[in-house]
Amino acid sequence: MNLNALRAFVVKEFHHILRDRQTLTILLMMPLVQVILFGYALRSDVRDIRLAVIDPTPDNATIELQSRFLSTNRFRLETISKTPDVIEPLFRRGRADVALVFDPGFASHLRGVDPARILIAVDASDPNTGTTYLNYTRAVIARYQAELNAQNRQVQIVTETRMRFNPTLESVNLFVPGLIALVLVLVSALMTAISLSREKERGTMEVLLVSPLRPQHIIVGKVIPYLGLGFANVLTALLAAWVVFHVPFRGSVVLLLVESVIYTIVSLALGVLVAARTSSQRAAMLTAMLATMLPNALLSGMIFPIASMPAWLRPVTYIVPARWFIVIARGIMLKGVGLTILWRETLILSVMAMLLLAAAMRSFKPRLE
Amino acid sequence: MSNAVDVRSLSKSFGSVKALDDISFDVAEGELFGLVGPDGAGKTTLFRILTTLLIPDTGSASVLGLDVVKDLWAIRSRVGYMPGGFALYPDLSVAENLEFFAAVFGTTVEKGYELIAPIYKQIEPFRDRRADALSGGMKQKLALSCALVHRPDILLLDEPTTGVDAVSRREFWDQLGILKASGLTIVVSTPYMDEALRCDRVALIHGGKILEIDPPRSIGTRYGLPLIAVRGGDRFGLLHTLREFPHAHAVYLFGDELHYTDKRADALPEAVARELGEYVAARGHKDVEAHPIVAGIEDSFMELMGSAPAPTATAA
Repeated sequence: MNLNALRAFVVKEFHHILRDRQTLTILLMMPLVQVILFGYALRSDVRDIRLAVIDPTPDNATIELQSRFLSTNRFRLETISKTPDVIEPLFRRGRADVALVFDPGFASHLRGVDPARILIAVDASDPNTGTTYLNYTRAVIARYQAELNAQNRQVQIVTETRMRFNPTLESVNLFVPGLIALVLVLVSALMTAISLSREKERGTMEVLLVSPLRPQHIIVGKVIPYLGLGFANVLTALLAAWVVFHVPFRGSVVLLLVESVIYTIVSLALGVLVAARTSSQRAAMLTAMLATMLPNALLSGMIFPIASMPAWLRPVTYIVPARWFIVIARGIMLKGVGLTILWRETLILSVMAMLLLAAAMRSFKPRLE
Repeated sequence: MSNAVDVRSLSKSFGSVKALDDISFDVAEGELFGLVGPDGAGKTTLFRILTTLLIPDTGSASVLGLDVVKDLWAIRSRVGYMPGGFALYPDLSVAENLEFFAAVFGTTVEKGYELIAPIYKQIEPFRDRRADALSGGMKQKLALSCALVHRPDILLLDEPTTGVDAVSRREFWDQLGILKASGLTIVVSTPYMDEALRCDRVALIHGGKILEIDPPRSIGTRYGLPLIAVRGGDRFGLLHTLREFPHAHAVYLFGDELHYTDKRADALPEAVARELGEYVAARGHKDVEAHPIVAGIEDSFMELMGSAPAPTATAA
């Protein structure tokens, strides 16, 4: 490969990117704005949580715990019942947010040695508020338990949770990895598709083709600058998430960046494939949106949990690159795990990158037809 | 001496549109060869086949002795190609455009400077200006410099003067003359007849067919029928009247005059001119001037187009 030609190509691409100030500003600000918007929109600081209490054997202990809830100002007693059959209709009609179900032996266990059991059922149809409900509920119970223990009573309260309507939970923290996935697709796939089809529209592609440059040179030259831009976007998103929302970063930043590069290559290859099939910038932009943005946003588990998708749709998510990247990014950022856990997803993503890159090279014809 | 371009029975269709229909011609080394024809005649398709961008349906073509289908990469590093509508990067400066195209061909501006200097020197004072801020004539000079910077063995120019002012057009052809004098083979297409006169030979192309290939002057002299230029006040009324003249073969508007061709090949042009003058005067046209002229390339072109089988369709 002629390195001078390639270097000139990359320099030219950087000029295109850096001189289009409006687009550049949008691209650089996007992760920041999205993190902040999503973060605040999803941050559900809830008050007035409607509580349903199921207490088969009312007792001082259960009443004490109930009053703890009501004294927080966050909880409001919606109903109290002896039998759990009231929960279902209440949840269905949206009349209660949290149901506390005391075990019949709660009070006696609290005084004895066995753990006292309590079931927390949460309306998690909005997963983010659902988590918040759960966290508040648990906090009240934990504080109660701590106070009892402080009085030298060896008390153990065991809570069991049921997330109604939405068994897997998303939260602000979980959103940041998904956001990175989305921003990377946007920058890589969309921008490569646009910049390639722009060369076609301007006629410069004709000149590039009638030159010793091979298709792979053109593709590599196009892709390198956007890899750099993607890198900058990942760092911005991480920084914004950490500074503004204190989203933890428990794993290795280097590993996440390496994984981001693999995922970006997948997106870039998709962009090249889109450009090969479209002839105008407008068509390339719309196709890239439809073919990459939407599936990556909707079918990756970023917004809608995969587990709650219908059975026939779930296998489709296997071919969505963001699905795997989000698992990886969440694993690294939130759980602090490394390749020993994430090797399977990394492998899938790498194979995708190689296949799509090969397909992109093939789709890029050395002629006009 | 082998031919720089050799085209044999070339045809190319896009769907049902026949862009090129059994075309054959050759271009000698060092020749300045013109392709003249209206929009949609098939000129761009022909250039794209010669530059290896399209594969012909049937027939063969070679450039510098290399086959346009088989020897794709060998051709690409040796031709200088300027597609229609100046393919430049508008957001790059003059110097950056030139440096980029030099690097793409594995060379530098310095190495190609001698060849491009006569052209590039005129725009070098604006070397830091963005290409989109250049005038049409300057864009054209930059595009030509970019196509020349790797010192190609043949120059293929697709309508290089479209959208450029008259002065720049003339300068451009002067520069092509200099390049031709240095021994470079040039194939250039144009919709302008006056530019065709500056070629060694021109091929008249219309509806995907080549109508005639000749030196531009001799295309006119082979015109067989008496040709009269008619000048008068009401040009459209005059056109109508002349077309009703019993011996009229063809009447066309040419700028501010009309060109009338008589059916009678053996009639004396002077006599025909006199006859016409009396005919139109009798029909109320005043101050009409009619005199015989030698056919130009445009007249031949109109004549050839008129007698050619109606083109099936036009293509870009």
